[in-house]
Amino acid sequence: MNRGLRPAHVAVLILGFAFLYIPIALVVLYSFNASRLVTVWGGFSLHWYASLLDNQQVVDSAWISLQVALISAAASTVLGTLAAIVLSRFGRFRGRLAFSALIYAPLVMPEVIMGLSLLLLFVSFDLDRGFWTLTLAHTTFGMCFVAIVVHARLAGFDRSLEEAAMDLGASPAASFFQITLPLIAPSVIAGFLLAFTISLDDFVIASFTTGPGATTLPMRIYSQVRLGVTPEINAISTLMIGTVALLVVTGLLIARGFRRQPV
Amino acid sequence: MSGDSPRKRCFRWGRFAIIAIPLAWLTMFFAAPFLFVIKISLSQAAQQRPPYEPVFDLSAGWHAFIEKLGELSFSSYWSLLDDTLYLDSYIGSLRLAGLATILGLVVAYPLALSMARAPRSWRPALIALAIAPFWTSFLIRVYAWITILKDEGLLNHALLSLGVISEPLHIFATDWAVLIGIVYSYMPFLILPIYNAIDRQDPSLVEAARDLGATGVQAFWQVTLPLSLPGVMAGALLLFIPAVGEFVVPDLLGGSDTLMIGRTLWNEFFANRDWPVASAVAIVMLVLLLIPLALYERNETRSMEPRL
Repeated sequence: MNRGLRPAHVAVLILGFAFLYIPIALVVLYSFNASRLVTVWGGFSLHWYASLLDNQQVVDSAWISLQVALISAAASTVLGTLAAIVLSRFGRFRGRLAFSALIYAPLVMPEVIMGLSLLLLFVSFDLDRGFWTLTLAHTTFGMCFVAIVVHARLAGFDRSLEEAAMDLGASPAASFFQITLPLIAPSVIAGFLLAFTISLDDFVIASFTTGPGATTLPMRIYSQVRLGVTPEINAISTLMIGTVALLVVTGLLIARGFRRQPV
Repeated sequence: MSGDSPRKRCFRWGRFAIIAIPLAWLTMFFAAPFLFVIKISLSQAAQQRPPYEPVFDLSAGWHAFIEKLGELSFSSYWSLLDDTLYLDSYIGSLRLAGLATILGLVVAYPLALSMARAPRSWRPALIALAIAPFWTSFLIRVYAWITILKDEGLLNHALLSLGVISEPLHIFATDWAVLIGIVYSYMPFLILPIYNAIDRQDPSLVEAARDLGATGVQAFWQVTLPLSLPGVMAGALLLFIPAVGEFVVPDLLGGSDTLMIGRTLWNEFFANRDWPVASAVAIVMLVLLLIPLALYERNETRSMEPRL
């Protein structure tokens, strides 16, 4: 068989990735457009970024979104890592099928259903909707993403090291913290970042589970988009894309540091 | 060794706690809320806070419970049949999600295949490129298409100035825009499972087919494609199930006549404040999705289970 990449495959790769990236690139590009018209290029300008910083509502929402994302991602990471240990280390136990169903279902469950059901739960228990109900909701789907990412790593991982540690007298907890956790740390960090990003981006579930005091950034973006496309939205979007990119790159660098460390 | 027994008991408790903590969380915040949706769907809308008639309140004792049982009402479910809006929304959702799945596979399969056929050293970068859009906000990715697809948008602007068309294309606010939006935003979910299913295949299978006289195209149709079907199935379900309940895409890219059930539920809840009907809409949607959900669960647990 020919070793080289056939021209047809190259063409598909170029077209495919163009389809994936051109829309995002256009949003970023037009955030630097001096003209208010979205289709006309009026020269380079940082005007829309400056006007964003003056918009107190947007700044407040961004702050709320960041706080919720940070707290819920931290909680998701702990819960999701526990769930991943159960999935990959505990063998068969009664209720295992139900357990994995509970982990996988939230990943595909339509968001309107999850949002509505969480809201009805909070209302039934008379909880005031706001910052904390939102954080609870985000932790619930975040932990499932963390569980999948960490589970994938634990499943393809050499157990003989853990067994050796336990043979040498380490308790399961000690062998987990001293052997397993450093080895799976890159996936735990990746899981944290994923949970953080998904929380930061969520609009539908947030709309159901938050209250008047805690309007998130995606909710602000949505209501602005409904009023019409403006270059300010492009500027917020670009900042969000930039924040996530920066975070992911930093996270990956930290993860790589872990991998290099001798165990 | 009797000295082991307290330690063993400690292990058992530790094991129990590690299972119980995530299980309790998901039961409390994912499974149990469905009971409340069922409960509210059997209530009736009311002008109060929260906007529905109270349903069985256990604190009031057995007697009140039995009494309330008699007041349960299926009127929300009946009203789903009364107004064709709901039936049309369900059909519209299933149709658009189905079409989007087919269109998505047509776009994602060649891309995944080309990624799997690329030199080994390129693949990590290609995979990262395929996943990265998933890390950008869903809302922003849908929003990006408004600017592109509008009548006075970038696509029409480009095509008009290139002379390809003489009249602007009306794509925005049609079902086409919704299809493009769904396919685009769920693309990473389709590419990865298909790529994995192709990448996992033993290359000697295709070589054997070629040696036996099959052309490249025949080898693809008879070897590569059938062997990748589990990945195709996984990707299709990852798109289809959430797409049925999609709200953001039809709301931002669709027209006022684009009926999808997620959008109908949203309007019922936020605009009409009819919580019981919104709950009934959700329950019926869940029932419609039971078969694809069961298929998805089976697929995922099988492929992700460690070899026990």
